[in-house]
Amino acid sequence: MTDRRSFLRMSIASAAGILVAGCDRISQTWGPSVLDKAEGLNRRVQALLSPSSSMAREYTEADISPVFHPNGTTMPTTPAYQALMAGNFRDYKLQVDGLVTLPAMLSIDDLKRLDVRTQITRHDCVEGWSAIGKWQGTVLSAVLDHVGVDPRARFVMFHCFDDMDEDTPYYESIDLTEARHPQTLLAFALNDRPLPVPNGAPLRLRIGRQLGYKQAKYLARIELVSSFDDIGDGRGGYWEDQGYEWYAGI
Amino acid sequence: MNAESVDAGVSTSIPVTVSAPRRVVYRHPLPIRIMHWINVIALTLMFFSGLQIFNAHPRLYWGNRSDEGTAILSLGARQDAEGNLVGVTQVGQHTFTTTGVLGVSNGRNGSPQVRGFPSWLTVPGPQWLSMGRRWHFFFAWVFVLNGLCYVGYSIATRHLQRDLWPTGADWRGIGRSIVDHLRFKHPHGEDALRYNILQRLAYLAVVFVFGVGIVLMGLAMSPRMDAVLSPMVEAVGGRQSARTIHFIIAWGFVAFVLIHVFEVLISGVFNQLRGMITGHYAIDFKPVVSNAHSQDAASDSVPMENRPHD
Repeated sequence: MTDRRSFLRMSIASAAGILVAGCDRISQTWGPSVLDKAEGLNRRVQALLSPSSSMAREYTEADISPVFHPNGTTMPTTPAYQALMAGNFRDYKLQVDGLVTLPAMLSIDDLKRLDVRTQITRHDCVEGWSAIGKWQGTVLSAVLDHVGVDPRARFVMFHCFDDMDEDTPYYESIDLTEARHPQTLLAFALNDRPLPVPNGAPLRLRIGRQLGYKQAKYLARIELVSSFDDIGDGRGGYWEDQGYEWYAGI
Repeated sequence: MNAESVDAGVSTSIPVTVSAPRRVVYRHPLPIRIMHWINVIALTLMFFSGLQIFNAHPRLYWGNRSDEGTAILSLGARQDAEGNLVGVTQVGQHTFTTTGVLGVSNGRNGSPQVRGFPSWLTVPGPQWLSMGRRWHFFFAWVFVLNGLCYVGYSIATRHLQRDLWPTGADWRGIGRSIVDHLRFKHPHGEDALRYNILQRLAYLAVVFVFGVGIVLMGLAMSPRMDAVLSPMVEAVGGRQSARTIHFIIAWGFVAFVLIHVFEVLISGVFNQLRGMITGHYAIDFKPVVSNAHSQDAASDSVPMENRPHD
C-alpha cells in the first residue's frame, strides 16, 4: 500500500514536473508571441464591456484602509529628489512638455488652482492585494487643457524621480482617452494629508480603472508624445518593459 | 449513433474481461470529445498559472481590502533557531508547519525558497508573475470559448436536457445512488450508458456553478471590469472576497477532477478512456446481475435502443 501510494505520488509529481518544465521552455521561446495575442483581445473586450466613460467605484470614509501599503520604491535616492525632499518640496515644479502648445512648470499651488477632485477609490496591485484611499488631486484633463494638446499627441508619458535599476527611472504612459477620464488625477494628498514620501510625494498619478503599477509615483515630468517606441524598451513603462501588460485593466 | 446500428461483430475483437458478451456503442460524439480534451488542457494550465499568480501575494482575505493581519489564509515563512527556513501555513487562527510544500519549498537548484506553492505546481516554475498572467489570460479565453461551445452544443443536441438534467426517477433514486457510489458499485449493461443522478448533479454543478462562478470571480478582480460589475463585486463581499472565492472554486475543480479520474479508474479505465478518445464504449450485452436498481431505471426511462446517447 505504501509502495503503491509513493509510486502514485511520484507519478503525479513527475507528470507535474514534466508539464511545468515544458511550459517553462515554451515561456522562454515561442510562447509569449502566441500568448500575447490574448492581450489585444482583452483590451478590446474590456473597452467593449466597460466603456471608456465607465467610472471606478467610489467608496466611503468608513472603507478607507487603516494603512495604505506603499509598494515598490518608498524612498527615491536620486540627488534631485533628495534635494527637493530636504526643502519639504517647496521648490517642486512639475514639468509639462512634449507635444503641447505651451510647455509649463507647475507648482503644487499652481495645480491646486486648476480643477481639483477628491475620490475614495480602491487600489489593486498586480500582486493581488487591494487598499482603499482618499485621493485629492488635479484632474489631468484640466492640466492638458491648461497647456494645450497638439493634435499629433497620442500618449501622456509620466517620468519619475525614482531609479529602479542603475539609471533606469520609473516611467509610465497612458493614452489620451484614459488621460481625459474624470478619475485620472495628479494626486497631491492622501487621506486629507499631503502625500507621504512612501506613497509618492509630492505628486503621483491616480487612474481609477487600472492596476497599481500604472499609478506612477514621484512625478517629475509629463510629456505628450505621438509614440513611446523610443522610450525605455518601447513598451510604455518600466513594468511593461519587464513583460507586464501596457493596459493594466485585469 | 443509434445503439442498434452498432456492428455486433466489433465486440469480438475487444479484450473482454468479464464473461458476459459485450458490444460496442458509439457513446461520445466527436465535438464532445474534442471539447473535453481542450478543457483538460485549459483547466490544467489555468490552475498551474493561477497558483503562480497566487504566489505573488500568497494570502487571502474577505472584503475589499487586504489589511495587514486580516488574512484568512496565508502561506508564509519564518526562520528557526538555526536559521533554516520554515514554511508556515495559516488558516484562520490555526498555523501549520508545511516546509517543503507550502510557504517554503525547494527551487530548481535544490535550495529552499520562500514561495507559496512549490515550483512543480506553478506555470512557469520559477517566480515569474508576468509570464503566469500571460498563460492565465490566454487560456482563460480557451476555457470560456470552449465552455460556451459546450453549453451551446449540449442545448442544441438536447444532451443537456436528456442526459444531464435529472429526471424525477433520478431524484427518487438519489439515496441508492449515494450508497452505490460509496460501495464503488457501477451499473452494467445499458445502465452504464446512462448518467446517474450524482453524475448529473456533479456535471451540472461543475459547468454552471464552478465554471460560471470562477469566470465571474475572475472578472471581479479586474479593475476595468469592476467599473461595470461593482454591484456583483460588492454582492460577494468585495474584490478580495472574489479572489478568495476564485481560489476556492479552483480547488473545487481539483476535487471534481480527482473524483472524476477515480471513478474512471474503477469503472474500467481503458474502456472509459477509449470512450472519450474514439467515442466507442463497450457494454455488457445483458446485465450480468440484474439488480433491482437497474430494473427501476429501465422501467422509468425510454429504452436505450430507441434514443441515441451522446
